Amino acid sequence: MKQEKNTKIQVRDLNLYYGDNHALHNISMDIQENKITALIGPSGCGKSTFLRCLNRMNDLITSAKIEGEVIIDDKNIYDKDVDEVAVRKRIGMVFQQPNPFPKSIYENIAYAALKHGIVKKGASCDELVEKSLIQAGLWEEVKHKLSEPGTSLSGGQQQRLCIARTIAVQPDVILMDEPTSALDPISTEKIEALMLELKKQYTIIIVTHNMQQAGRIADMTAFFHMGDLIEYAETETIFINPVEKKTEDYITGRFG
Amino acid sequence: MSRSTPKSDNPFYDASLNARHFRAKAFKLFTLSSIVFAISFLLFFLGDMVYKGLPDFQQAYIKIDVSYSEKSLASIRQAVDKKYRRVVSRSWLRGIPRQVEANPELMNTTQTRWVLLNHQVDQYLKGHYYKVKAKNIKLIDAMQKEGKVELQFNEIFFTHGDSKIPENSGFKSAIIGSILTLLVMMVVAFPLGVMTAVYLEEFAPDNRWTQLIEININNLAAIPSILFGLLGLAVFITLFGMPRSSPLVGGLTLALMTLPVIIVSARAALRSVPDNIRQAGYGLGLTKIQVVQDHVLPLAFPGIMTGSIIGLAHAMGETAPLIIIGMIAFIPDTPTSIFEAATVMPAQLFTWAGMPERAYVERTAAGIMVLISVLITMNTFAIYLRKKFEVKW
Ligand SMILES: Nc1ncnc2c1ncn2[C@@H]1O[C@H](COP(=O)(O)OP(=O)(O)O)[C@@H](O)[C@H]1O
Ligand SMILES: [Mg+2]
Repeated sequence: MKQEKNTKIQVRDLNLYYGDNHALHNISMDIQENKITALIGPSGCGKSTFLRCLNRMNDLITSAKIEGEVIIDDKNIYDKDVDEVAVRKRIGMVFQQPNPFPKSIYENIAYAALKHGIVKKGASCDELVEKSLIQAGLWEEVKHKLSEPGTSLSGGQQQRLCIARTIAVQPDVILMDEPTSALDPISTEKIEALMLELKKQYTIIIVTHNMQQAGRIADMTAFFHMGDLIEYAETETIFINPVEKKTEDYITGRFG
Repeated sequence: MSRSTPKSDNPFYDASLNARHFRAKAFKLFTLSSIVFAISFLLFFLGDMVYKGLPDFQQAYIKIDVSYSEKSLASIRQAVDKKYRRVVSRSWLRGIPRQVEANPELMNTTQTRWVLLNHQVDQYLKGHYYKVKAKNIKLIDAMQKEGKVELQFNEIFFTHGDSKIPENSGFKSAIIGSILTLLVMMVVAFPLGVMTAVYLEEFAPDNRWTQLIEININNLAAIPSILFGLLGLAVFITLFGMPRSSPLVGGLTLALMTLPVIIVSARAALRSVPDNIRQAGYGLGLTKIQVVQDHVLPLAFPGIMTGSIIGLAHAMGETAPLIIIGMIAFIPDTPTSIFEAATVMPAQLFTWAGMPERAYVERTAAGIMVLISVLITMNTFAIYLRKKFEVKW
């Protein structure tokens, strides 16, 4: 199956069941390269579940059963010969609660990169740590205290540390599940600016329940409702001129 | 102001409050008295042990001439003047040939020495019940006035093993026996327990088998310890032919007993590691072993250590299963390996407690003091570890 040139991820007829709970219904969508795609919808509609399907994090939930295809770079990541660990290295993930390892700032970034053999201990590792921190816009704030624990940073800094850590393993795609919902407005602004910067190199998919945020940063927006993908289009279209009545109701705050 | 202001003056007046406050106070007093009760029991026990045991850290010595000659080597009683023969310790005299062996120049000399007195005189000097002839009491009293009889630090307690002569018995072989036994136990139980916990907590699928295993582990923790002794006897000694009374068998038996404690506490420690650390690891494409080994285990470590040290302390005081496998026998020699017969601290205390001589009562109390000090030290260490390695969240 040949993908369109600027399509990074093709989702085809994706269904997900948590035991008897049919949480995602026949989702199909194409996600474009070097764009920010926002997933919005009322809570419990399956945004996080969908996001976890894209890097096989749902494999960790024993009750989850997945049908359908997620094709990344012409390969269905659910094929038998695909190792989920390799998938997660290519498709990085940032979580709602900043979750740095209880180790030093340096180790937080170096650990996975070293394990993946991206760099060796020493100068090249130092370089990678610096580069990742610069990219995440955190270098100036932490360059003097790389050996301090990552958990000593503020919430916003921790989240940027988590982003730096994800960048350090050189993924193609970064998934973010409500990355700013635990942060203050100033930290949120910094992370939004960072995402706009990062999309030049990475494909970014972000779950947010903050519609203004989607409006500010997303190129494409997908509206989910009760496990269905209701509408998926350019952000402007979704916000100004939605086709579906449900989308309009949600956007205008009539429910959610 | 009194609570019973008439209703009209006080809009907050509530007639039922007096009774309710009284009940709350009574309940508080009730709970407080329970703790006072518990603490006074503990203090009474500790006080009694210290009162009985403290004198045992000293022993009575007499300063007299000892002659080292062929004659006294042939019949050691001849080494001291006749009038002292009934008051000095036989065991001290028996050590004379060894003194000469270690120091040949002593031969054919007479030296003034601090010689150990026997346990009856020792008890007399400490003001307890004694069986000493009036003539000898006079002698001791006279010598004491001259400063030639005194209580000195009881080195023997820490350098000797058990003995049938009370003043010659010590706690050393039991201490060493305990150390060897607990070493064996920890070497076996710690890795086994932690690995089991890691498997159950991090790897095992949640199915009927693992639930069954879990229930069994919890049941195992509740089995009377003496049954583990029977198991040890049947399996390690009878089936595998390991040496009876040895720290090896004792340690393995205690390991069986402690394993459930370690597993349960290690699992609790692993479970308390926040899941988002695991998520972070998996999200970066780490394998399970990398996540568990480098991120989860270090966080769980203080909890695991605390649980294990408490298990260790528990095993240190355990006697019943060790009696079954023969670690209660009279063992005067200090074991030098885990294959030799040995006894452990609580078993030694059990033996001494059954002896008729008053001196052994003191020995028992002193031994309990040693045992309790070690236990308190270990528990303090466990708390220290927990505080030190606790990762602030
Ligand atoms: N680990 C899980 N196990 C079982 N059901 C889950 C799990 N995670 C989510 N669900 C269910 O799937 C549905 C979608 O949840 P989720 O993807 O978290 O929604 P959202 O992120 O949009 O708020 C909900 O009904 C939720 O109860
Ligand atoms: Mg969610």
